[in-house]
Amino acid sequence: MSANHDGANLLEVRGLTKIFGTLTACDHIDLNIAKGEIHALLGENGAGKSTLVKMLFGSLEPNSGEIFWNGQAVRITSPGAAKKLGIGMVFQHFSLFEALTAAENIALSLDDGSPISSIAAKARALSYSYGLPLDPDSLVGDLSVGERQRIEIIRCLLQTPQLIILDEPTSVLTPQEADKLFETLERLRSEGKSILYISHRLEEVKRICDRATVLRHGKVVGHCNPREETAASLARMMVGNEVQAVVRAPVDGIETAQPLLEIRGLTRKPATPFSIPLKNISLNVRAGEVIGIAGVAGNGQGEFFESVSGEVLQQDAASVRIRGKDAGGLTITGRRLLGAAFVPEERLGHGAAPRMKLSENLLLSRHATDGKAFVGAGGMVKSGAIYAASQRIIEAMDVRKSAPDPEAAALSGGNLQKFIVGRELDRRPSVMVVNQPTWGVDAGAAAHIRQALIELSRSGSAVLVISQDLDELFEISDAIAVMHNGELSKPMPIAEATFEKVGLLMGGAEPGHAEHTLETA
Amino acid sequence: MDITVNILLTIATAATPLLIAAIGELVVERSGVLNLGVEGMMIMGAVGGFGAGYLTGSPWIGLLAAIAMGALFSLLFAVMTLSLATNQVATGLSLTLLGLGLSGMIGTSFVGQPGVRLPNLDIPGLSSIPVVGKLLFGQDPVFYISIVLTAAVMWFLFKTRTGLTLRSIGDSHTSAHALGIKVIRYRYLAVIFGGACAGLAGGHLSLVYTPQWVENMTAGRGWIALALVVFASWRPWRVLAGAYIFGAVWIGQLHAQAFGIPVPSQMLSSLPYLATVVVLVLISRNKRLTMMNTPASLGQPFVPDR
Repeated sequence: MSANHDGANLLEVRGLTKIFGTLTACDHIDLNIAKGEIHALLGENGAGKSTLVKMLFGSLEPNSGEIFWNGQAVRITSPGAAKKLGIGMVFQHFSLFEALTAAENIALSLDDGSPISSIAAKARALSYSYGLPLDPDSLVGDLSVGERQRIEIIRCLLQTPQLIILDEPTSVLTPQEADKLFETLERLRSEGKSILYISHRLEEVKRICDRATVLRHGKVVGHCNPREETAASLARMMVGNEVQAVVRAPVDGIETAQPLLEIRGLTRKPATPFSIPLKNISLNVRAGEVIGIAGVAGNGQGEFFESVSGEVLQQDAASVRIRGKDAGGLTITGRRLLGAAFVPEERLGHGAAPRMKLSENLLLSRHATDGKAFVGAGGMVKSGAIYAASQRIIEAMDVRKSAPDPEAAALSGGNLQKFIVGRELDRRPSVMVVNQPTWGVDAGAAAHIRQALIELSRSGSAVLVISQDLDELFEISDAIAVMHNGELSKPMPIAEATFEKVGLLMGGAEPGHAEHTLETA
Repeated sequence: MDITVNILLTIATAATPLLIAAIGELVVERSGVLNLGVEGMMIMGAVGGFGAGYLTGSPWIGLLAAIAMGALFSLLFAVMTLSLATNQVATGLSLTLLGLGLSGMIGTSFVGQPGVRLPNLDIPGLSSIPVVGKLLFGQDPVFYISIVLTAAVMWFLFKTRTGLTLRSIGDSHTSAHALGIKVIRYRYLAVIFGGACAGLAGGHLSLVYTPQWVENMTAGRGWIALALVVFASWRPWRVLAGAYIFGAVWIGQLHAQAFGIPVPSQMLSSLPYLATVVVLVLISRNKRLTMMNTPASLGQPFVPDR
């Protein structure tokens, strides 16, 4: 670690500290970013990465410490000040305007005064040249997480910053799209730009990053050259001990097992002009197996989940069958009563009510199925019973929290996700449908959730996992199907599946003809 | 024919203060601030406008005073809700109560005094064209201001970069802050603009509609303006339509009462409210457009974490 200001460093951070109440989120952080390097920032959720990055981007003020930009001491007092210095940021969450179009979102971050009408064309051209195609006229509220992230990336690149901070940029891209992004990043590096790259995907950090700084519990625990490390050694630095590898025992005779979730010719018209119609989707999930659904964000996975969970009802009652009974016309509660459980993509606001306690959130999805246990005479909530049950889940899933029964919003993303998945697992559902089980969740928590889903299937349940994380699907699935433009490919047994085959289907190769496409390719 | 023209003219006069106050509030709400103090700002504009006109003898100075009074009064709201992050609903309500009380106190000596009236526009030749002459060229100046204002606000919100920025703040102030947009400054300006509009609307009442000072003379028009903004799903031309439907049914039911139609007068008096709500709900059926136009951060105080 060099202490001299040798001028080669674009950004130097000395002893940066941020204290929230009793929690020291960042504790004397030192960080040097050289010109023209891709620097990885590694750490589990809650390690202080976001707090550090927010201080660099001016949305949080440090309690102590110094920041040097090109050797000059600077105070970054607002995001506007950071932008003026030449720091751009691609956020993981919450920085787009849902009621505006993609082009308008981009226009807002450009200060060059170009008319809004010309920005749509400019954005479309740039997005294609960066390999991240987007429709500038679509409303952000209609877009999936992945498409929103593309807008974020384009928006940041259009500002031509000197330092680009990317927070988990590839978690929603196909492998081929991620490759394109890496090409872009390498091009930016060759132009002398610096990149601070936050990711939990250790393989890609090893692939593109020149140096890495590892945070744990708000402290810097090490600097390293990721190319000289293994994924396992990086994970060890982040977590502090070994991450338990997920174990998936092979299943025998699955072909003869009872299908617990049957989807037959599921078709759905687009709900809004921009959403994806579902086209004749058929799939069986049998007792004892995990089926994964891969696909680039925004290809109908959200619509599919809504249809299966009963948030949207089907005309044809037989298009969704749970444990042999027609469920297409049943509401989400009706489907739960048949033994199904659902975990939606969005944790806060959809999976859990942010301002309610965990025990109260337990009741959200289980008021009907566990009515006798949790609700007493006259509709009175048995607060003792829901508290005890929530504590049981917290213990089973190793949920880390600051109070005995905190509000959902007070938990970190990974811990809340463990609770929400645990809430459904606790019921021992015979059908479990999960959308994005570990989005933005740290390695330790993700391994825990994945193992729990596998164990549920091995105990005789049918598990359907929709995910944009291919590593995850290959880890837990017995077969992988790919969703593209509202159509679902035939499930491919995991023994035959490769990243390349799945990636091609994700990019739009004809469903069910993966082998053929590969031969001609 | 003359009766028709006269009825149309009274409709325009009834609709103008609603339109101006609602357009001002629309800009405020598009920036994500809910100011329930429209009634209070309006009555302050009315008393200020009447007072200045009465004391100087010039209705134009009265009109400027009305605008200034509304803007100044809204500044109080802006300081409370934006700088001190108080609850917008409570602050807005107290602004209305304060305005009603304060205007009564200021206006004690104006009661019963003859006011000055803003003269109608009268372009020789043009305004004597039958029917359209009076409608297009012979109305009071504030009517023209209200139409130009509506068009200008539409253009500003949807065609200019500053308007886009304002809408983005209303959609998500945290995202806007992350982009480096000065959220508080924009909101201050929006609130003061809304106050100025409410003041102008109040001035129209005491300098054009009924050129005199009567306590509580706004008679709930501020609340109607607020409701118009919501039912018009934050779209300027719908606010215009709403204000005129309200004005038309209002004048219509007054005539109906005068003719002695055998319907209870309470029923007739409620008609304008009912008709406006029904029509605006019907034209706002498109959920998607409503979602696009509803300011998602409306009413939430913005306190950047530091």
